[in-house]
Amino acid sequence: MAKTEAKPKLKLAVYWGAACGGCCVSVLDVHEKLFTVLEHADLVFWPIALDIKYKDVKAMPDGHIDLTLFNGAVRNSENEEMAKLLRKKTKVLVAYGSCAHMGGIPGLANFSSKEEIFSRVYEESESTINPDKIRPVPEFEVKEGILDIPVFYNDVRTLDQVVNVDYYLPGCPPQTERLVEVFLAIVTGAELPPAGSVIGALNKTQCDECERKQTEDKSISEFKRPIDIVDDGESCFLEQGVICMGPATRGGCDVRCIEGNAPCRGCYGPPDDIPDPGSKMLSAVGTIIKGNNESEINATVDTIDDPAGLFYRFSLPNSILRRKVL
Amino acid sequence: MSFNPKIVSFLCNWCSYTGADLAGTSRMKYASNIRIIRVMCSGRVEPTFVLKAFQQGADGVLICGCHPGDCHYHEGNYNCLRRFKLMQKFIDQMGIEKDRMKLKWISASEGKDFAKLVDQFTEEIREFGPCKVKEIVETLS
Repeated sequence: MAKTEAKPKLKLAVYWGAACGGCCVSVLDVHEKLFTVLEHADLVFWPIALDIKYKDVKAMPDGHIDLTLFNGAVRNSENEEMAKLLRKKTKVLVAYGSCAHMGGIPGLANFSSKEEIFSRVYEESESTINPDKIRPVPEFEVKEGILDIPVFYNDVRTLDQVVNVDYYLPGCPPQTERLVEVFLAIVTGAELPPAGSVIGALNKTQCDECERKQTEDKSISEFKRPIDIVDDGESCFLEQGVICMGPATRGGCDVRCIEGNAPCRGCYGPPDDIPDPGSKMLSAVGTIIKGNNESEINATVDTIDDPAGLFYRFSLPNSILRRKVL
Repeated sequence: MSFNPKIVSFLCNWCSYTGADLAGTSRMKYASNIRIIRVMCSGRVEPTFVLKAFQQGADGVLICGCHPGDCHYHEGNYNCLRRFKLMQKFIDQMGIEKDRMKLKWISASEGKDFAKLVDQFTEEIREFGPCKVKEIVETLS
């Protein structure tokens, strides 16, 4: 019996830039569905799981890879080089996870300069003994030749600040179910959304999905950290004085943190019509401060220790200001 | 060449814009460094507007609204004050001097006060020197 011609498999790559590895693990979290994925796709590059070298990727013809999930921000010259290389070799490049999407946790480094980070890490930290103040250098000559390591940049950038990105799949990490849905949509040839869209998430806020009770009257005289309250498990976090990023964050994660009795931290990023989640939070939180006179308002503002870090926890490099002015 | 600050100003339609108008119709002279944007209420001034102004090269941002108790929409100026205080703390963390932002109440009859305020704020910003946000954002992109 003649064998039917097999449909050519999709070529799939996963790469990490400045990331913690959680995004790669979220891909592994497809569990036994991995076999379904592998029926339809060949993994051609995935540093966390496969021993395929950069030179092998360089040897691929342009546009060879069908889909690349790029997680992690762009922090150093290696991240940048790989982002550019994978862009060239890939048909559909997806910024996967908060770091590639908006800068993520590594993006908080934009509150410091390269010099501040190096002096803290290589000289000042409690566990460092470095009397000669030795710092890493990008190139070092030994008798066998020149050794080199990537150059550490002063600023963290998002993937789309370095190369063109086709889609964004947000989350820290993205919900694995959403990844499977997106993957299956590609495999079955479903019509894809326009390039530049955020996929695998809703365009409504967390608050639209949240089932906690809220009243119309939000008026807060003291903001608290989650550790400082006894959560009643039912009412809106903001009404209990705990800052929740829900009002400025896209839904699609099944309000997982709030279901777990923790306030939203904003990893899914803002809905389409909000350019900058932090400034929206400044606006939302600002208006629920109690009182009309300056001293009362100042006292309440003082209870928010770190508005910048809290409101831009995942999105500093993608924000209007991009980084701290130094 | 001496530094000529760019100041973006948001004035509420009901009091402050009318106050600024009074300064104009009364032919008062004041610093020309200010670019006025009329909004319906100081409560309409979102933090996004202010950050955008700095990103686009403003050296200072001035917000004016009705005096407390006089807001056309009852509460808008209080909302503005609350956001303003929070935003000042935020821009300070971002390395922007917090006094590059100013909030003042100007009524429709206070044309003279408005003119004085603009002169004074322009001098304050001149002392700070240029704001570096625009330069940073441009080198990054």
